[in-house]
Amino acid sequence: MSDHRFGDVASVRDELKEVEYLADEGIASVVFLADRLQKPILVEGPAGTGKTQLAKSVAEMTGARLIRLQCYEGLDEAKALYEWNYKKQLLRIQAEKASDDGSTDWDQLHDDLFSDEFLMTRPLLEAIRAEDPVVLLIDEIDRVEVETEALLLEILSDYQVSIPELGTMEARQIPLVFLTSNNTRELSEALKRRCLFLHIDYPQMDREKEIVLTKVEGISENLADQVARIVRSIRQIELKKAPSVSETLDWARTLVLLGIESIDAEQARETLHILLKYQTDIEKAAKELAVEAR
Amino acid sequence: MLDLMSGFIVELRNAGLPVSLTENLDAMEAVKHIPIEDRSAFKYALGATLVKNASHWRAFETVFEVYFSMRGPQYRLPDAEELSEDELERWMQQQMEGMRDRSGGSGDDMSPEELAEMLYRALMRGDEAMTRAMARAAVGKYAGMEPGRPVGGTYYLYRTLRNLDLDSLLEKLMEETEAEAPAPLTDLERRLEREEFESRIDHLKQEIEAEIRRRLVADRGVEAMAKTLRKPLPEDVDFMHASREEMVAIRKAIQPLTRKLAARLARKRRNKRRGPLDFRSTVRASLSYGGVPADPRFRYPRPHKPELIVVADISGSVAAFARFTLHLVYALQGQFSKVRSFVFIDGIDEVTHMFRGQEDITKAVHRVNTEADVVWVDGHSDYGHAFEVFWDRWSSEVNPKSTVIFLGDARNNYHSTNSWVLKEAAKKARHVFWLNPEPRSYWDTGDSVISEYGTYCDGVFECRNLRQLESFVDHLA
Repeated sequence: MSDHRFGDVASVRDELKEVEYLADEGIASVVFLADRLQKPILVEGPAGTGKTQLAKSVAEMTGARLIRLQCYEGLDEAKALYEWNYKKQLLRIQAEKASDDGSTDWDQLHDDLFSDEFLMTRPLLEAIRAEDPVVLLIDEIDRVEVETEALLLEILSDYQVSIPELGTMEARQIPLVFLTSNNTRELSEALKRRCLFLHIDYPQMDREKEIVLTKVEGISENLADQVARIVRSIRQIELKKAPSVSETLDWARTLVLLGIESIDAEQARETLHILLKYQTDIEKAAKELAVEAR
Repeated sequence: MLDLMSGFIVELRNAGLPVSLTENLDAMEAVKHIPIEDRSAFKYALGATLVKNASHWRAFETVFEVYFSMRGPQYRLPDAEELSEDELERWMQQQMEGMRDRSGGSGDDMSPEELAEMLYRALMRGDEAMTRAMARAAVGKYAGMEPGRPVGGTYYLYRTLRNLDLDSLLEKLMEETEAEAPAPLTDLERRLEREEFESRIDHLKQEIEAEIRRRLVADRGVEAMAKTLRKPLPEDVDFMHASREEMVAIRKAIQPLTRKLAARLARKRRNKRRGPLDFRSTVRASLSYGGVPADPRFRYPRPHKPELIVVADISGSVAAFARFTLHLVYALQGQFSKVRSFVFIDGIDEVTHMFRGQEDITKAVHRVNTEADVVWVDGHSDYGHAFEVFWDRWSSEVNPKSTVIFLGDARNNYHSTNSWVLKEAAKKARHVFWLNPEPRSYWDTGDSVISEYGTYCDGVFECRNLRQLESFVDHLA
């Protein structure tokens, strides 16, 4: 238990900052704990708040390889865990037949067929078998069916994969595991129980401003401040889809490219379509911003 | 420490959070790795292990505040494990008294004008530490808290806020900003400034609330306080009595629920067992095997496309529920290809078109409330008449594919019930369900005729909160 990745919560935060991910206290604490308790993190929150980015940044920070499993409806064992390369197996049998007249021991051939050579590893197994440090990202876990979730349970709680023909494979090192969810459906209790839960919401204004400052090149402090404020203001309006952090960044970049130093209502209205994706939302926000302060 | 933790977890369970034994153990393990004086890390450590649903976070925070409010860095614990229990208690007492003296003292020393002035400065600069100190002083000065007084925290909050008069403070802040600005503020800037101050004042309010809570805990003890602060979780909030905030939370929760419903129906479709052998196609496929039917083909059952007919009472007696109902109907229309919605009081009108193509839910609801022709005589619920008209005009819409859902409390003002409509509907439709927002114990009391209608339904459900709605959705799918 000596080889912890991080010293304390503050160092997690600082190191994340070095790779340009501004974590708040909650995020840093949970990442720290995940390492200490060797538990996966279930990250939940609205789209575009940096859930996936967190995993990427942690990988970058620890110098680990990122293995990503994108979930979708209909994902199965063969795509997530492992698969037998049956074409190669067939070839092997054929080759056997050709070389001598079928006198070889079937048992031995059988053992040969189900060996490492014919195993195709998929992301989950790959993460378990990796020699080098890895970060495993299971993206949008809420997209798979409830039944498929069960597939993950073994790997999440014990860091092992059971393959009937080969036996159980245990992790050579405990990877950091991130699961992300957009909360389109309730995840099963069994899964939640095995994970640390982290909810990432839209950032506070100050943090958002800093994010804009670090991520957008050549932006002035003044403009970043304005951007953050306007975005906060827009988030307070009841919209179909509130602007996410990534949209904020896009907007800020656009403003920089346009050479705008300080936004006025007119410019804000003209560039709103970068921030908002629905026509009704854009109209509503434009109206709100134009209205004289209450 | 152990006692405190187990008390804390019991309280979380009392508040309705599902905390399992493993999660409990995880939490214990987690706090070992976190220095106890780092209060926020401590809080997040507990949160990450114990709270697995973002909507429960508020409840968790409240309980945490109550249980660990004395344990901030400013009241540092001298290694909790080493202290025996009563030592710890004595120590806590000291801390609390110290705090009371300190804050009470500083508050009393100041005149109201000084206090207002300092508060004004703090807000102007957005100085957090200063704001917190001011909140403390204000509570000491204005709340008039006395030990053992049996009033709730909201009373003290009200008293404090009334004395501070935050609205005019906001105006003053705005005036000053405008006066100081080098150029006259544009509308946008003014709006942004105002929002900035509003958020600071909100922050101040929170600080005041926290301070009051802290003092109440000191006065009444942890358990009693936790009990009074207990609030229902979002899924347990009664639709009929939901506050504005709670309504927003509920509305957010409806969306995934309808998606879940649609997803469930879709899944059912895919997992459906195979149908009978498709002879033609099997013979056709056998050609490629030289006439041997090696690849049998089956006729798959046609996917069931559910059609929904929603008939909702929007009269005054169920107004709060109706608002929620309309949101539900709106959300359903986004998920199902065929939904017909009707609203009634004593007349009935179709509102499907008002929801369709309307992207803004609040507008749609507004349209329904103003444009739908639902009043026939006097605008008091008359289920009998509404149903009769419904059957006259739209009975042809009900077919074996449709599921009819009635929403209402079945309080009929002693009119004739015309329950034959439901009987007919049940004959024609695939399912007929009734969702009643009233507690089951009120059913059939007074002018409620729910059981008369209920006899013809496939199911009558009490639907007062999200949890119950969810179990209905599960039932339906």
